[in-house]
Amino acid sequence: MTNTNIQQINPKSAKRTQIIYGFVLIVVGLLIYLLFGLNTEAGVLTTFGLNLASSQAIKIPDLVLPALTTVYLMAAIAVFIGAYQLARGIRSTGALIGVIAFTFVVAFLAWAAQDKSFNLAGMLSSTLVRATPIALAALCGVISERSAVINIGIEGIMLIAAQVAVVTASITNNLYVGLIAAIVVGGLVAAFHAFLVIRFKVDQTVSSVAINIFGAGITSFISSRFLQTATDTLNNSGTFPIITIPGLSKIPIIGPMLFENNIIIYMMVLLVIVMHITLFHTPWGLRTRAVGEHPKAADTLGINVYFVRYVNVIIGGMIAGLGGAYFTIGSVGRFDEIMTSGKGFIGLAAMIFGKWNPIGAFTSSLIFGFADSLQVKLQILRVPIPSEFLLMAPYIVTMIILTGVVGRAIPPAADGQPYEK
Amino acid sequence: MSETATPKPTETKKEEKDARNSSIGQALLIPSLAVLSGLIIGAIVIAVSGANVFTAYGALFTGSFGSPTELIEGLRIFFATGDNASLVKAIYPFTESLVTATPYIFAGLSVALGFRCGLFNIGAEGQFFIGALCSAFVGYSIKGLPAYIHLPLALLGGAAGGAFWGMIPGYLKARFGAHEVVNTIMMNWIAFRLSDWLLNGPMKASGFRPVTANVLPTAELPRFFADPLRFNWGFVLALIMAYAVYWLLFKTTIGFEIRSVGANPDASKYAGMNIIKNFVLVMALAGGLAGLAGSSQVLGVDHWVGQGFSAGYGFDAIALALLGKSHPFGVVLAALLFGFLRSGATDMQSMAGIPIDIISIIQGLVIIFIAAPDIIRWLYRIRSLKVENTVLTRGWGK
Repeated sequence: MTNTNIQQINPKSAKRTQIIYGFVLIVVGLLIYLLFGLNTEAGVLTTFGLNLASSQAIKIPDLVLPALTTVYLMAAIAVFIGAYQLARGIRSTGALIGVIAFTFVVAFLAWAAQDKSFNLAGMLSSTLVRATPIALAALCGVISERSAVINIGIEGIMLIAAQVAVVTASITNNLYVGLIAAIVVGGLVAAFHAFLVIRFKVDQTVSSVAINIFGAGITSFISSRFLQTATDTLNNSGTFPIITIPGLSKIPIIGPMLFENNIIIYMMVLLVIVMHITLFHTPWGLRTRAVGEHPKAADTLGINVYFVRYVNVIIGGMIAGLGGAYFTIGSVGRFDEIMTSGKGFIGLAAMIFGKWNPIGAFTSSLIFGFADSLQVKLQILRVPIPSEFLLMAPYIVTMIILTGVVGRAIPPAADGQPYEK
Repeated sequence: MSETATPKPTETKKEEKDARNSSIGQALLIPSLAVLSGLIIGAIVIAVSGANVFTAYGALFTGSFGSPTELIEGLRIFFATGDNASLVKAIYPFTESLVTATPYIFAGLSVALGFRCGLFNIGAEGQFFIGALCSAFVGYSIKGLPAYIHLPLALLGGAAGGAFWGMIPGYLKARFGAHEVVNTIMMNWIAFRLSDWLLNGPMKASGFRPVTANVLPTAELPRFFADPLRFNWGFVLALIMAYAVYWLLFKTTIGFEIRSVGANPDASKYAGMNIIKNFVLVMALAGGLAGLAGSSQVLGVDHWVGQGFSAGYGFDAIALALLGKSHPFGVVLAALLFGFLRSGATDMQSMAGIPIDIISIIQGLVIIFIAAPDIIRWLYRIRSLKVENTVLTRGWGK
């Protein structure tokens, strides 16, 4: 990647951005009115369930809103803030994107679930679950690319790890052995990638693509040669139990969402925090970032560039291995061919949208998780949109994010370049 | 690619010639050794999975070329009695391999063209699918046209569909710098979902299965022989396109621009070339070629489109382009090789019980070996000729 895109904030482009956002907000307001306002019947109620189906100590009443009024209110908010933006200007683009997303999604839900009940708590809860593999893929990307090694092979690593996890767990009858095996294998495949791109200076994209093709090939090969004939003994592991944290899980709405999950989800959240601290508050993190930004300078200061890259790529692979384990022993307990269905690539988009930052990557994974779980809920509601189009949503969101129209980010300066002494 | 060694002006004519000859030799040697190594590791995988390697590769051979004894027997019967049934049976595997190679040539050219401009088109899979759907639509929906209008129209429809699908990531790359690898993959998934919807809804023929109606006979690519042999004009069209791509890349100004943008975008920009135009153009052409791959399959072989139609062509195409060193003629040779492998692998699956996915494993390995020729040189102890490679090896280690 060339790095000519370091943007300087000059008053002219800031003014232009302000006007663009203002118009976008007004257009969103009009769209809400045209798409949803005109199709919502007057006097109909939309019910948002705020309790999960599981027995909860503290029940809170469901949120019941008049559908049409809600839609109009959201349209009005968007138009008003758009007008304010044109007149005065709000600095934070994040807040503006938030307003756009919030008004559009709320109006959309009020329209889609009119005269019906929609379990909001359930959807928020499944958002975190569905964001988990994406977040783990994104974390793998963050740690590799912070040391300037591009890894587009996350998809392949996750597929291999997913299969290894379920097969090992089925043979040993121990889910934790399966988890460790997945992490080790993820690390090994990433080590191979690192070896190719650091030792042999293979083009990083080509090597990653080879890993993806190889991963898809070997897992499908093993699946059709061994797993399909011996499903019970080799491809039937069960899944990690839900660990409920006493006390905290009793909090309404966020309690069951955050504190009733399986071990991989807790590990993911923990990894986000650990990686943030490591990258920005430890000597190792400083070295990693130095190697990613200016390897020559780092080398001059006595940092072993190759060693830092190897370690980071391998740790990234282990994280992707954990993400792979999520697909099998973390959610369904069996392996299906090509079951990752592009999640590794979506994770890369989350990484870019999160500005190569662990916490940013996690937050943007939640957006994808939300899009994914929304799509499932909408199919249940029988919205008059074909389910195939709803399934396209995460991919389209990824492409929009990659354009950098919303929040352009700058990758580590040396990203993707082999280092030669 | 920077594979051809540029001799220094101080060298004498003879040294120059020697260097070029051995460089061409090595250019052919390394892909051959890469394929060989891929096959050897594939054999190890087969052996480890508990099957007989000789049975498996034997089935691979007879499945792709046909059995020599059957061929001789077939010829003898044909000349003795004039009955061609056993001859047709004997040459069936060989023609079937050429049929399999046809979409590979198109798709490989698509990826190779992208590489020449520094773009990695992983989206050939989706472009292939969209091209096939467009061709099928033109093929079955427009009625009453003579073949000489209907067939070109159906082919053009496929090319246009693929070109549109390729142009989107090309534009996003040129305008916003969005990584084309991720975007083309996203376009693949969108194509799959779109086709799911189309095949279950608007384009579904009457009946249970989610497939399109058959294209009309006027839109079919004519076949050379009678029915069991599916060898058709698509193969000839593919060879013509290979020459066209060669001509475009090496004999025209547009081709020169494409190659220089691929070699150094900054310098090309400085020289006054329009990077955005080149990126969009190349991705559109690449998409069009991948779309034609789909068209040739649908109009020449299947005559209808169903779910899972594209079956990995896009990913195979990457291996082909790398194997052919992104040169159109190299791609044709590589496509023939893979056509024979794939076609034989079907027999290997039915006769030796080896899943067809073994070919993907071999492909992944071949890509790695081609992308890292140093591994091959190291494995087979080939002395490196290139100056930059010696620098690389010297640079390793403290």
